Amino acid sequence: MSILVGNQTRLIVQGFTGSEGTFHAEQMIAYGTPLVGGVTPGKGGQKHLDLPVFNTVKEAVESEGVNTTVIFVPPVFAADAIAEAAFSGIEVIICITEGIPINDMIVAKQIVKSHGATLIGPNCPGIITPGEAKIGIMPGNIFTPGSVGVVSRSGTLTYEAVDQLTKIGLGQSTAIGIGGDPVIGTTHLDAVKLFQDDFDTESIILIGEIGGSAEEEAAAYIKAHVNKPVVAFIAGSTAPPGRRMGHAGAIISGGKGTAQEKKRVLSEAGITVVDSPAEIGATLKSLL
Amino acid sequence: MKIHEYQAKEILASYGVPVPKGISTTTVEGSVKAAEELKTNGTSLFVVKAQIHAGGRGKGRTKKNNAKGVILCKSIEEVQEAAESLLNDILVTIQTGPSGQLIQRLYVTDGVDIEKEFYLGILLDRTVSKNVIMVSTEGGVEIEKVAEETPKKIIKAWVEPGMPLQVNQARMLAFSLGLKDGALKKGIKFIMGIYNAFLKTDADMIEINPLILTPDQEIIALDAKVSFDGNALFRHSHISELRDESEEDPFELEAQKYDLNYIKLDGNVGCMVNGAGLAMATMDIIKLSGGEPANFLDVGGGANVETVKNGFRIILDDPNVKAILINIFGGIVRCDRVANGVIEAVKDPEIAEKVTNVPIIVRLQGTNAAKAKEIIDNSDLNVISAVLLKEAADEVSKVLA
Repeated sequence: MSILVGNQTRLIVQGFTGSEGTFHAEQMIAYGTPLVGGVTPGKGGQKHLDLPVFNTVKEAVESEGVNTTVIFVPPVFAADAIAEAAFSGIEVIICITEGIPINDMIVAKQIVKSHGATLIGPNCPGIITPGEAKIGIMPGNIFTPGSVGVVSRSGTLTYEAVDQLTKIGLGQSTAIGIGGDPVIGTTHLDAVKLFQDDFDTESIILIGEIGGSAEEEAAAYIKAHVNKPVVAFIAGSTAPPGRRMGHAGAIISGGKGTAQEKKRVLSEAGITVVDSPAEIGATLKSLL
Repeated sequence: MKIHEYQAKEILASYGVPVPKGISTTTVEGSVKAAEELKTNGTSLFVVKAQIHAGGRGKGRTKKNNAKGVILCKSIEEVQEAAESLLNDILVTIQTGPSGQLIQRLYVTDGVDIEKEFYLGILLDRTVSKNVIMVSTEGGVEIEKVAEETPKKIIKAWVEPGMPLQVNQARMLAFSLGLKDGALKKGIKFIMGIYNAFLKTDADMIEINPLILTPDQEIIALDAKVSFDGNALFRHSHISELRDESEEDPFELEAQKYDLNYIKLDGNVGCMVNGAGLAMATMDIIKLSGGEPANFLDVGGGANVETVKNGFRIILDDPNVKAILINIFGGIVRCDRVANGVIEAVKDPEIAEKVTNVPIIVRLQGTNAAKAKEIIDNSDLNVISAVLLKEAADEVSKVLA
């Protein structure tokens, strides 16, 4: 077991024949991800990377029993691609695309919710269950199968944490990059709930950053319901207020969403909070 | 993307939202002419408002003349004096920081009589992924203070995704401001209109503080702060055109040209990182190592020789920088290529001259990291290499000691 993706996954790529879609589809196939085809409207019936191309997600679902999709569609069309996946009965939708308008995402998220699907992202590195399915743009070679669940807003910071874990012999059950946008599907809280209920996950790494209150919401749940060790790092202790630090969501406004405040709330919930991003792996190991 | 008050009011007016009459200008003569024009339309009280992107103008002061950023004038002569005291002076407000912002434009408006002041704000509520409209009877003051001290005085309505604002929501908000009769109707119309403007223009924030009730029972946006979702500008070319680059940091503008996401800070250790989260984490580790970050710089996923070179140039333009930490986690990007990029950049004559006294610590991790370290260690350049983040942090401490 693991969460959301694994051997049971039957994956398609939306935006399959584009340059991003092609490059990352090749990487995913090389990793052994169960990729069964892709969608590019107007190119249905063709073969790409030896896999079938469909015009619509619906056709892909009917033909290949698809349950998961990863989206590399340009930002102007990406929210619609998310909605199409939800309408077609896809269970897990992973959107890598960066730069989707907020109002489009508000609507897409609502459609996903009303169809009972799970959305990861947008503007995220994706999700990986090491040894089973790599879905997204992360480098597969730094991951190793194991029992640590990892959830993070940021891509390269996830890689940093995972690399530390792998180097000290701690493998990962599943690692999710949930994305740095203001409107995202799966939140820290959602991921923590899934990790708590997953038998293969024995400990959790939670990586957050300044802005919003998603980490605090996860902390409240962890305090009440989680019995697995949790180590957290919050990026942005040195970030000035009022400035957006790369991610649209990473901004301290009106004194809210500071790293100091988040660290305090997380510590009070019994989470081991590390100040240095270089100590994430070693700190978890010391708790096990 | 931020815009000026006068631009915000023009946009709001085009959606039927009442704003005071006003004319924008860049000169003293223009201000006088604007006041004369307003006078022929019945204005007897004028307001001269500095147009800078930062808020807090009413309480701010200019550096040379110690003038307030918003000046009430009873005559055209006073408008002239106000314009003279503001134009080309630097306004410092709580939002500009001590360096302030140059005033290049004024907005001369009708000085409307005020019976009551309210607050209205629209933005995304991230906790529920819905837009929220907030109103308060506590207008004209800092809304953060109201939110902290008397949160019950802020009334909110959340808009259903994909739907327009419902009239019952606007009515509830208008009633909560204590509006009655004609003013109530106008309040509802105002709220419906301003949300429509928010949605149709892909604004990401609208703040009206104060929203006022006049003695004639009119509801008017006395001030207006509007910013837009940068990701949606592709469908609003007329809004993209309103961008005023003179209001932005020149270093940051330069960085944008090269697709670098750069924010200047006040510290002594520059950094260059791929990914926003790792960039913030790198700033944090600089601080833990005894330094202060001089910048935030995310070079993105496609770090190559050109991005590394441009990154160096921008970081080195800051004279406070005493050391540079490059932290790249190569996923898809191969570290050996980045290492070669660093070496090539440091050999560039313009950069080489500036880095002679600035130690560079390069931490490359991920695909081909060992090969990258070898490349850097074998170059005879003054570059210190590290593989683990912890090693990089220790090197920063060493060079600052």
